[in-house]
Amino acid sequence: MLSRVAERVYWMGRYLERAESMARLVGAHSNEVMDLPVSMRGGWEELADITGARDAFAGHYKNYDERNVVKFLLADTFNPGSVLTSVRAARENVRTTRELLPTEAWEDMNRLYLYVRDHVQRSLARRHRFEFLHTVIFRCQQISGALAGTMSHDSAYDFVRLGQSLERADMTTRIVDSAVAVLMPREDIPEEYANVLWVHVLKSLSAYQMYRQHVHPRVVSHDVVRFLLQDTPFPRSVDHNITVAEACIQALPRNEATLRRVGRLQRRINEAEPRDMSMDDLHAYIDVLQAGIGEIHEQLTSTWFHLDPDAVPVDG
Amino acid sequence: MAINWQAYENPGFHDELIDSGGQVRPPARELLTYLDSLSTDEIHERQHAAELAILEMGITFTVYSEGENIDRAWPYDIIPRIIDAATWRSVDAGLRQRVKALNLFIADIYGEQAVIHDGVFPRTLLDNSANFRKECVGVRPPQDVWAHICGSDLIRDHEGRFMVLEDNLRVPSGVSYMMENRVLTKRVFGELFENTSIQPVGDYPTKLFDMLAALSPRPMDYPEVVVLTPGIYNSAYFEHSFLAQHMGAEVVEGSDLVVGSDDCVYMRTIDGPRRVDVIYRRIDDLFLDPEAFRKDSVLGVPGLMRAWRKGNVGLANAPGAGVADDKVVYAFVPDFIRYYLNEEPILPNVPTYRCYLDDERQYVLDHLDELVVKPANESGGYGMLIGPTATKKDRKHFARLIRNEPRNYIAQPLIRLSTVPTVVDGSVEPRHVDLRPFILQGDDMYVTPGGLTRVALRKGSTVVNSSQGGGSKDTWIVDNGDA
Repeated sequence: MLSRVAERVYWMGRYLERAESMARLVGAHSNEVMDLPVSMRGGWEELADITGARDAFAGHYKNYDERNVVKFLLADTFNPGSVLTSVRAARENVRTTRELLPTEAWEDMNRLYLYVRDHVQRSLARRHRFEFLHTVIFRCQQISGALAGTMSHDSAYDFVRLGQSLERADMTTRIVDSAVAVLMPREDIPEEYANVLWVHVLKSLSAYQMYRQHVHPRVVSHDVVRFLLQDTPFPRSVDHNITVAEACIQALPRNEATLRRVGRLQRRINEAEPRDMSMDDLHAYIDVLQAGIGEIHEQLTSTWFHLDPDAVPVDG
Repeated sequence: MAINWQAYENPGFHDELIDSGGQVRPPARELLTYLDSLSTDEIHERQHAAELAILEMGITFTVYSEGENIDRAWPYDIIPRIIDAATWRSVDAGLRQRVKALNLFIADIYGEQAVIHDGVFPRTLLDNSANFRKECVGVRPPQDVWAHICGSDLIRDHEGRFMVLEDNLRVPSGVSYMMENRVLTKRVFGELFENTSIQPVGDYPTKLFDMLAALSPRPMDYPEVVVLTPGIYNSAYFEHSFLAQHMGAEVVEGSDLVVGSDDCVYMRTIDGPRRVDVIYRRIDDLFLDPEAFRKDSVLGVPGLMRAWRKGNVGLANAPGAGVADDKVVYAFVPDFIRYYLNEEPILPNVPTYRCYLDDERQYVLDHLDELVVKPANESGGYGMLIGPTATKKDRKHFARLIRNEPRNYIAQPLIRLSTVPTVVDGSVEPRHVDLRPFILQGDDMYVTPGGLTRVALRKGSTVVNSSQGGGSKDTWIVDNGDA
């Protein structure tokens, strides 16, 4: 397949996942923020920071209040991670690779875009927000489902999944890190409040129920961290997604260099022991994981998206 | 009965579904009976359903306006245009004859130029041709065919006679919309297809692929055929992608291709470079190869002309084919048919005055208020003067343009274009139409049954271009019409 096309379907996967994760995150936060003690109500600010777009936010808003942050994360086109921007970018990537993807997936993608475009302003009001977020999540899943169910699981599909899994792994690290950022300066916070925060993290990743089933009913910070980073069966954990990425990469040609970087990251994921880590350690560790995800992205970009000029017959 | 056919009239024009006595033409009977059974609300509902389907299927075209590109929904009218099969057979024969002659002319122009030596075509016109490419002189493409894909614009006059308005031999577009219009009509009026034999249009991509594959320099069953697009901001990008998808080919941009030192074309893939055999290019000649043509082109592929001239890659249409896509050359096509094929033209041209000839120019200047004046090398309906409706100032402006550059203008009488009933604000009114069939020439020829019908949505207007407010209709060639 064409390198340019591979690059576009990869980004389609990333943006599609980004839109869905963001919708989950805003939904969970809108629900949970009420339960947090007043001392930890900075909540909206951390949320705006999760996407790493602090400067973009500060350039347009003064206050980190609910209205501004929700607008920033859902509707603002100057935020590269907002639901509207992500959905638009995903659609643009599908539009330019239509000949490769099942028509059904394109039509679903198009419907998702039209829905978000037409409803995102309304969703800023709380009473319409949940329905909006629910629909976005549902339609993202519908597209993933259409791809899984009607597209040949060929290289193009591998690139879509690769984009989705790296984006999801990255988002999980960011959400865990956002809780760490709240707790780090306040090691003296009473445990029950810290637990409220970790419940919130689990819910943001739609992981609460699976955590209680597979770990234990009590929410304990280091168990949550272990679950979200290292639990292989849970589909939003970092380890799960790197394992998926590895399988996709294994099916692609000329994959040695990229596989080496995957192996290195997997070693880092597995060797850590969250129980022994302070919040500062954890923060540093998450940086390492994010750098590892970034290295995989850079390696795959140079291997598959940018053709090595030496490979073509040239003069001389 | 929702549609008041009594009130439907259009004196002085040929309506394709209703005759001058207000009677339904035979091939349209089934359709009209069906339309009559629908309430106004139901007709609205169908039009609405079609528009929704267009949005969801993402059938769009791109318009460049006010500094940005806007992806607009494709305008489609639910009432199809119907042509009986017997009438169509002669149009089909006329198109084949015409494209055959055009290809012989192009091959001749880049070869011996017998048509000039024999005094049929004046050399001065060639010297002033915007689309003649000296880089192509002496090249002999496979099968001696240059214009593999032709989109000819046809109109019908007040008596219903088909005439050729122009031939598009560079990168004609619209065929994907022809196919999508059929898909839409099947969704909207599915019931009608049960009792009417409508010639299918869906196998165009297969015919196109076979024609392209035959241009491959490496004989094999499935050569690497690609569609070369200027990119996603091109107004016809939808079509490039559509055709590639339906042929199972890649859509490539110039930057995806590279010419190696072996003068072969390669595309950049995740497996490394891969040889390309045939390029269906949707980029104008001058942007194809910055080494041969415009140095500033970032759309093209450096070295592509070299590869093509050596026969290492097939190009459709061949560079330089546009030499026959010139409204002055157009005026000579009936002569070409007589000269190359020794036949009389089956499809007439619209009478055309060539401004480079003194007496014809004088006639044009004296009758500007009756004529349509067109530049020789524009498309999309730009740069035209429609004399009868133009202001005095515009006519003066064009008189000056014609005197300054007579070679660059032709004029034609204003043809009273035929009409087809069209849904306008909930009622049905006559609107003017044209027709663009697509003709493929390789070893064999193929003509689409029907083509893309474009309709001028404004009352009385004859401007059908989608970039200027035109709409479209599905076109049915109906076998059981007994007309």
